[in-house]
Amino acid sequence: MNNEEVLHEKPLVVHDAGHAIHEHHHQSFITKYIFSQDHKMISKQYLLTGIIWAVIGGFFSVIFRLQLGFPDQTFPFLEDIFGHWAKGGRLDTEFYYALVTMHGTILVFFVLTAGLSGTFSNFLIPLQVGARDMASPFLNMLSYWFFFLASIVMFSSLFLQTGPASGGWTIYPPLSALGDAMDGSKGGMDFWLTSIALFIISVLLGGLNYITTVLNMRTKGMYMTRLPLTVWSFLFTAILGVLTFPVLLSAVVLLLFDRHLGTSFYLSDIVIGGKILPNEGGSPILFQHLFWFLGHPEVYIIALPAMGITSEVISTNSRKPIFGYMAMVGSFFAIASLSFLVWAHHMFVSGMNPFLGSFFVLFTLLIAVPSAIKVFNWLTTLWKGNIHFTPGMLFAIGFVSLFISGGLTGIWLGNSALDLHLHDTYFVIAHFHLVMGVASMFGMFAGVYHWYPKMFGRFMNHTLSYLHFWISFIGAYFIFWPMHYEGLAGMPRRYYDFSNWESFKMFGGLNEFISITAIIVFAAQFLFIFNFFYSMYKGRKVTERNKNPWHSTTMEWTTPIHPPHGNWVSEIPEVHRWPYDYGKDGRDFIAQTEPVGADESKH
Amino acid sequence: MNTFFLIAIVVLIFLVIFQISKASEYVSILKGEEKARKQNNKINGFLMIAFLILGLIGVWWCNDLLYPKTLLPHGAGSSEGNSIDTMMWITIVITGIVFFITQILLFWFSFRYQESDKRKAYYFTHNNKLEIIWTGVPAITLTILVVFGLKYWFKFTADAPKNSQVIEITGHQFGWEIRYPGRDGILGRKNYKLTDPAKGNPLGVDWSDAASHDDVHVPTTMHVVVNRPVKLVINSQDVIHDVGLPQFRLKMDAVPGTPTTLWFTPILTTKEMAKKTGNPDFVYEISCDQMCGRSHFTMRGVIVVETQKEFNEWWIKQRPEYLKAKQFLTTTADSTKTVALENHQGSIIK
Ligand SMILES: [Cu+2]
Ligand SMILES: [Cu+2]
Repeated sequence: MNNEEVLHEKPLVVHDAGHAIHEHHHQSFITKYIFSQDHKMISKQYLLTGIIWAVIGGFFSVIFRLQLGFPDQTFPFLEDIFGHWAKGGRLDTEFYYALVTMHGTILVFFVLTAGLSGTFSNFLIPLQVGARDMASPFLNMLSYWFFFLASIVMFSSLFLQTGPASGGWTIYPPLSALGDAMDGSKGGMDFWLTSIALFIISVLLGGLNYITTVLNMRTKGMYMTRLPLTVWSFLFTAILGVLTFPVLLSAVVLLLFDRHLGTSFYLSDIVIGGKILPNEGGSPILFQHLFWFLGHPEVYIIALPAMGITSEVISTNSRKPIFGYMAMVGSFFAIASLSFLVWAHHMFVSGMNPFLGSFFVLFTLLIAVPSAIKVFNWLTTLWKGNIHFTPGMLFAIGFVSLFISGGLTGIWLGNSALDLHLHDTYFVIAHFHLVMGVASMFGMFAGVYHWYPKMFGRFMNHTLSYLHFWISFIGAYFIFWPMHYEGLAGMPRRYYDFSNWESFKMFGGLNEFISITAIIVFAAQFLFIFNFFYSMYKGRKVTERNKNPWHSTTMEWTTPIHPPHGNWVSEIPEVHRWPYDYGKDGRDFIAQTEPVGADESKH
Repeated sequence: MNTFFLIAIVVLIFLVIFQISKASEYVSILKGEEKARKQNNKINGFLMIAFLILGLIGVWWCNDLLYPKTLLPHGAGSSEGNSIDTMMWITIVITGIVFFITQILLFWFSFRYQESDKRKAYYFTHNNKLEIIWTGVPAITLTILVVFGLKYWFKFTADAPKNSQVIEITGHQFGWEIRYPGRDGILGRKNYKLTDPAKGNPLGVDWSDAASHDDVHVPTTMHVVVNRPVKLVINSQDVIHDVGLPQFRLKMDAVPGTPTTLWFTPILTTKEMAKKTGNPDFVYEISCDQMCGRSHFTMRGVIVVETQKEFNEWWIKQRPEYLKAKQFLTTTADSTKTVALENHQGSIIK
């Protein structure tokens, strides 16, 4: 479908240039804000839901950090909030694991997948490729509402008598398959599986839409090689999602069968709670293969959009073209392809065939090459630039720093012999929180700060943004850097209390420090949240004069301050050049829509 | 009351921050936005370089404080562990160099090339030579790491040495069970359907296999001989657990239905390690490293590494599990065998 067809098919959207704004006013509250088919509104819905989930997920981590930092203390207010889960102000161990599990699930799927690529793929793809909307605005709307349903199901699992799922976000069976194994594997696990199944549908609907839109709906002159790197990253993210999430769905469905229909896909030779189960011949390892076939690409589903946003923001605010555009696209491609061939690096200690393991070592370490290319290219983009430290830029620089710190430890963990020692220790926690947790969160913040004026037609407060950045950035290193040392002491993750362990009990003071920092950093996020909502209504207005506030070359800034459904009032502009003409021929920037001059130099 | 004050203070801090932020926006409008923006740029540029310098000091200081608490200063308790430590050092050096170079460049460039009216950004789109260099150098470096890693990986996952002492370790919610083969050196067959703790058979040993009759079962604590390779046969009865051996630098999952193995050569007795670490309470602990339920964090086992002599003294006191289970068997096994079984120790004591 091309752009014009979309318009003809959906007469409600935009008939012709003159009607666009007019139609916009006619929409009812429900079609405009709730069951909206406008990609910009859907993007905001994703963002808002993502923010709510981030607060919940972050709050959970604060609660379990209280236990880790102060294992001998009681906190009576916990009983007020959680009732019998925190009798006498002490977390129940089962509930501790429920919090850990929910924290992981929420952050990985709901915040960093839906909240990140859901928000920015939706917002930026049509605006940056020059389309009036997604290929199928209706499926796009459905995509959000499936995510919403998934959210409702997951949220209600928090109120079950036996609690939400608590076997870790990776829900390895048999633990997750047997209600007798732990309380969280009772009703909570069914809710978890249902929620994730709905979520997968959402990802597929969204992903197919993103791919189709990028491939088919680019405006005139917007060749693939003229796409901003953001769009490239969303495209690869969507492809990864569409190819791997169905595999997770199969894992989820088989697990449901094992739980309720008496099948033995994952179960064999089990005696639990004194009961001898009849299941024989299944393999728990099968689940791990299915899970990580999604699970590893999922890391890149989270990281790629953040990389795309970072590339765009760094180039714009260095006032320089991104260095090595084709190498950036190539490394996206390399990372995306390799990410299908490395999943079993999460399973080196599962008893897998060592020969097979060696391939996974090779491919895993190979991913470091395209990642290194990206880092060097970002550094070279900064070199000899003229850097504007906008809030978005600060977070983009923070992303690069965190990505380096967390990425390098991936070289340790991907090497199976070292993983024999470091697997499932705090070293792993430090690694993935830096490289995909906090880093991608920073990518998301960079995106929000950078495109906020386009989203809401107002500016966020800069002082609050700067404070938010520096507290979060310093805090992230305070929290996760020392965890490497705990990992090097062999300290296992997912422990409720270390005080009975001769090998691990010496880190009491450090755990306290980490917990206090985590609480401060969590509190600092409210600077952002307040800023976000306050500025929506009271922020400085974007005016015609600073309609393109960061002086960007890309197409989204050529739309009106409040773009109507359909984005451009008159015809969609034609594109004449790549998106990174910053500082060319002595000009600060040249918009993509500007024709190439006769005496312009080649790049 | 205390909580109330805490909340009040936090709210107050936030209010102050918001007021200042709002005021700064008005000030910037009065001063001229362009001027205010440039001032902010200077501040953030300075903070970039300050972060770099303080960060580097912080890295050094953190290392000074925490390195002694890691496992690295005392060396590993197994020869395999020492190889892993060597490999870890190689990796630390290589990734460390990259870390410092890239982070320093990142913050230095940010500071150095902050916006200035005097400079024009350099239009620099690509440079093939540079890009080939920084594709090639990481590729070569990583190849070195892969070669090292796989060399050790194949060594550790290969078959255990012939003279290994075979010990079975079985995980369950929430503890470890250890089983030794007796004189015959063979662990008796198991069938999980025979599991019956009430009848003296918590591991589901199949007593019809005569090889099981001299096997010894002890809970939690494993005794092994220093300098003799140990081969663990790892099982689980319910969910996935993991035999984590931090001082030996190894771990392996315990998977129900799929036995796994792991071998290592302890080179320091528990007592020697206690002396080396300066911790008189030192023990080799087995930590469960795979989330396995509500009491996952209590799933602790112990390995006592001792001399052959000490081991023999302990071993002599152990009795085969079969002796206890026999009374529950309907068809009582040949009673004449019992005497022989009392003397089962032979095989392990060389
Ligand atoms: Cu992975
Ligand atoms: Cu366990």
